[in-house]
Amino acid sequence: MTSAALRSRAWKLLELVTTPLLPSDYLDLVSPLRAGADLRGRIEAVHPETADAATIVIRPGRGWRGHRAGQYIRIGIDVDGVRLWRAYSVTSPANRADGRITITVKAIPDGKVSNHLVRRAKPGTVIQLDQACGEFVLPETKPAKVLYLTAGSGITPAMGMLRDADLDDVVMVHSAPREEDVIFRNDLHDLVADEKLRLVELHTDTDGMLDVTRLHELVPDWAERETWACGPAGLLDAAEEHWAANGLADRLHTERFRPSVVVAGDGGEVTFSTTGKTVEADGATPLLDVGEDAGVLMPSGCRMGICFGCVTPLKAGAVRDLRTGEITEAEPGVLVQTCVSAAAGPCELER
Amino acid sequence: MTAIDPTAHLTAEQIEELGRELDAIRDEVIASRGEKDAAYIRKVISVQRKLELASRGVLLFSIFPPAWLIGTAGLSVAKILENMEIGHNVLHGQWDWMRDPKIHSTTWEWDHVSPADQWKHSHNELHHTYTNVIGKDNDLGYGIMRVDEDQKWHPMHLGQPLWNFVNACFFEYGIAAYDLELGKNLHKRRRKNPEFRARAKAVGRKIRKQVLKDYVIHPLLSGPSFLTTLAATFTANLVRNLWSHSVIMCGHFPEGVQVFERRSIEGETRGEWYLRQMMGSANISGSKLMHIMTGNLSHQIEHHLFPDLPSNRYAEVAVKVRALFDKYELQYVSGSLPKQVFSAWRKVFRLSLPNKKPKVTTPDREKELVAA
Repeated sequence: MTSAALRSRAWKLLELVTTPLLPSDYLDLVSPLRAGADLRGRIEAVHPETADAATIVIRPGRGWRGHRAGQYIRIGIDVDGVRLWRAYSVTSPANRADGRITITVKAIPDGKVSNHLVRRAKPGTVIQLDQACGEFVLPETKPAKVLYLTAGSGITPAMGMLRDADLDDVVMVHSAPREEDVIFRNDLHDLVADEKLRLVELHTDTDGMLDVTRLHELVPDWAERETWACGPAGLLDAAEEHWAANGLADRLHTERFRPSVVVAGDGGEVTFSTTGKTVEADGATPLLDVGEDAGVLMPSGCRMGICFGCVTPLKAGAVRDLRTGEITEAEPGVLVQTCVSAAAGPCELER
Repeated sequence: MTAIDPTAHLTAEQIEELGRELDAIRDEVIASRGEKDAAYIRKVISVQRKLELASRGVLLFSIFPPAWLIGTAGLSVAKILENMEIGHNVLHGQWDWMRDPKIHSTTWEWDHVSPADQWKHSHNELHHTYTNVIGKDNDLGYGIMRVDEDQKWHPMHLGQPLWNFVNACFFEYGIAAYDLELGKNLHKRRRKNPEFRARAKAVGRKIRKQVLKDYVIHPLLSGPSFLTTLAATFTANLVRNLWSHSVIMCGHFPEGVQVFERRSIEGETRGEWYLRQMMGSANISGSKLMHIMTGNLSHQIEHHLFPDLPSNRYAEVAVKVRALFDKYELQYVSGSLPKQVFSAWRKVFRLSLPNKKPKVTTPDREKELVAA
């Protein structure tokens, strides 16, 4: 018998010992980062970068498969007791000697997770992780000339790349409202001092917004450069238009950070993703009734919000609790009680 | 049940006002649910798992009497915590708001022979919706006993003190049978129903796993302590069964708790539903430890009003609920564990004999409303 088969036998036997729990339920109590566990990480330090941004140093669990510079990770963290998931770019190089990774987070107004991470996160906290993903990375063969075009927290994936690869000719054009808002400002100027980077730092409060069509004034050879751009949608839209107009669309790589802004309304279009049905619903009819009327097989129970027999994953949009008026927005893993929830704008249920 | 409706003095408007006040209590807790509550349940789960592991570890040497005693006591407590403060409450969805898939009503499985999904149906859906409605809530005597004068007497009820004792000893099996509605489903025609057969199979699988763990694997692991460990796990299960049976009997059977007729809940409003929960449940008074060991079902009234609020908050809710009982001049049935257990058992004995059917006066609130 191979050792893998033997191990799986032993594990099965162990499951008989721990039933109805799994052996991992006990192991998680003492060793949440061990190999074979759900991927987690432990926050080891929080370093302030600016007044509203901080770098979080994370020790990933043994199952971490590494990342490529420029990729992002999803993290799940408990904020006020509720697990919330968000995606952040990895800002550490792929080959960091101590095996730690960092993300750098800018607190956005009303951002539950970003404010928690920047202002309240404590070293020692265990968080949930997903493996790194994303195509916003440097190619295997290093390009001769590179341009990073970034704004605000859009600098984070570019910083990951800057720290990762020693490239010969790198230019960065970065905008932030003011000097003190520039994340990694010291690191960037260190790179400049070492002649590893040419930096064009723009402060929009005094210089105004970057006009991409006048990029040639700042970087005359911009068209020869393989470009990675990350920032607000306006900047990326303009960049894509400009590169395309110059027939250079394949030289531009963009990463969009879309803070999911859900506009909660009263009623809306309800999509049942498994059955593929879409119906219009008002803001007072429970989604359970909406689904049943549409012929969707909905789990149900007490129909008054007490038994949790009807809970269904909310994949997109928002719903309103008909008892309290509380709005719940879609997040991975969010289940809603359909018997006491109505559509608050367009939404999608997994049924 | 008393012949006089103890809620007769309330007008329909008062009942709706009562409902609004209870909604406000619920909203307050929901608005303040957070990190502390999450830390509480995680702590209880962690303590329970460590206690169970340690107790089972000690029982590997159960051939030595002190080890047997300590191990059995620890395992009994661990099993009680697992079923009461953790399992029952997680399966109610009390912790679903944390969005932690590991502590969620849809993923949780408990140390009990009734599979979680079947128990959730019969308990959360039927018992909590139709609480104490004769003919609709099978928890009223579990289909084997008469616990209210209004329930029809049958010669079978003569033996109910004995049935109740046997049920107490093997309570988890009683619940599994009850969740399967075994009494109803064993009739010839229903036995073949594929849905019933699938559910019966699931129970069979669960029983096999549970029995294998407690009565085969762990004793085998104990080697020379095989027999003593077997006796220890049997004892722990017995203790857990007796304890949970006692606590649960205290929830709806003691004197002073009201039952309701089927037609009385037709067109029931939210306020009336709340009122039925208030009148149909009884509390157990005691220390903080006692509340935890009963899974906070000692706050049965509060639990029935708000089955999905985190159990650690029932104590503070109870203060406000009790004030509402006083305000609306309703009787808050509560007593110490021995007193309530005695009261429930006395009823089981008394109602094993037939009684004269009492006259029930159900107030006609619509008429009152017109008169007012």
